[in-house]
Amino acid sequence: MSLDNLLQSFGLTTSEFYGLILLLIFAGAMIYFRLRARQKPWNNLRPIRAFQRFTRAVGLAVEDGSRLHVSIGRGNITDTRSAAAFIGISIVSQITRVASASDKPPIATTGDAAIALLTRDTLRDTYQSMEASEQFDPDAAQLTGLTPFSYVAGTIPLLKDENVSASVLAGNFGSEAALLMDASDRLQGFTLAGTDNVPGQAILYATAQEPLIGEELYAGGAYLDAGPMHTASLRAQDVIRWTLIGVIILGGLAKFVGGLF
Amino acid sequence: MKGRFSILSGFFTLIAISTGVVVLFYFFFPTPENLVIRSVLLQWAVTLAAVALLIGMGNLLGIHYRKLNEEGGNWFYSLILIIALIATFFLVLIMGPTHAWSSMVFNTIQVPVEASLMAILAVSLAYASARLLRRRMSLLSIVFLGTVLIVLAGTSPFVTENAGALGGALRSLRAWIAQVPAAAGARGILLGVALGTIATGLRILFGADRPYGG
Repeated sequence: MSLDNLLQSFGLTTSEFYGLILLLIFAGAMIYFRLRARQKPWNNLRPIRAFQRFTRAVGLAVEDGSRLHVSIGRGNITDTRSAAAFIGISIVSQITRVASASDKPPIATTGDAAIALLTRDTLRDTYQSMEASEQFDPDAAQLTGLTPFSYVAGTIPLLKDENVSASVLAGNFGSEAALLMDASDRLQGFTLAGTDNVPGQAILYATAQEPLIGEELYAGGAYLDAGPMHTASLRAQDVIRWTLIGVIILGGLAKFVGGLF
Repeated sequence: MKGRFSILSGFFTLIAISTGVVVLFYFFFPTPENLVIRSVLLQWAVTLAAVALLIGMGNLLGIHYRKLNEEGGNWFYSLILIIALIATFFLVLIMGPTHAWSSMVFNTIQVPVEASLMAILAVSLAYASARLLRRRMSLLSIVFLGTVLIVLAGTSPFVTENAGALGGALRSLRAWIAQVPAAAGARGILLGVALGTIATGLRILFGADRPYGG
């Protein structure tokens, strides 16, 4: 019985089978690194200048009484763009903890209603876990627009009205993000930005003070101390990535050598 | 009170994780019965997203209503937003989303406003590119700007048709950049994004990340 026939009997195609294997290896690696961190704590993250500068910007905002803004973009809970939005939500939670001493708690804006609700829930939960429920403001998570440009048009006035000194863009953004970056620059605010959208990344490289390239966005939780599982998943990502790079190079070499004979 | 929240949080976490595991399992083992259940769960998610939209709209109305009463704020814009939101909501509710009036609102207000913002974006991007070297002088920034200029020149008919042999070379160079280094870079980035997406999904399935406030 061939592998294809065996897989068909389970209702799996070959690509789904490889996807499932990758997922199981990924999950196994995450659990392994998490358990290993309990015995031997590991925090050997390579320095990313963007997160170092951002940590400083958060401290400055708390000191001078200005506000921090997290823009979560237009991720949708029913598709893959939600992952980038969930990273944005993690960042909101971490910033809220760090900036809890500030008179002006952070605000978050999104272009998706469900993500706005989840952000509000996360904020409420964060304040509850700090036993500071009275600081929770339901308006701190806002839905500012549903299309790319209406989202930007709704968010730009907030930067000025709320005296925002540092903005983080973490979510799904396209070229419209350049307008947000420009508005923040005009207010001389700090900007850290990452997106899961490839053209959006090119735009942010040119316009953000500190752009996050590729998977750096997904490392946000680990760099902002969101929990040991974030660090474990980052290590698992590294292992899987290097394995895939090895497989791609070996595959290329095999094809090249096969072509010679 | 805290105990009640803990029980509720545990309940929410259980629902979220079990739903995630079921949808993932049915994705890999899509028998006809599994597909029906997965489809029902996803339809519930879409319905909940629609309800969330109404809540978000209410939140937006509340925020701008409060801004009307604030001194010195941009109350005029808030007033316009409230009027436009209520008028559009009831128009589409009564006439339906495909009625000519509903389409007219979209085509004569939303589309021109977004097109204007797109035009501003072109200027904003040109300005940002010009400032890039001043803000972040590095080899990568120089490569980025050089590539932008080559691709722009190689795409522009004015340059490629009037510059003779140089025009042809620019066109070929632009095609090579788009097909080889840009495609390779984009695939590398997409690989990183895909791994990050899997990691985020798994953290939620493990209950380590609970964006539903659990």
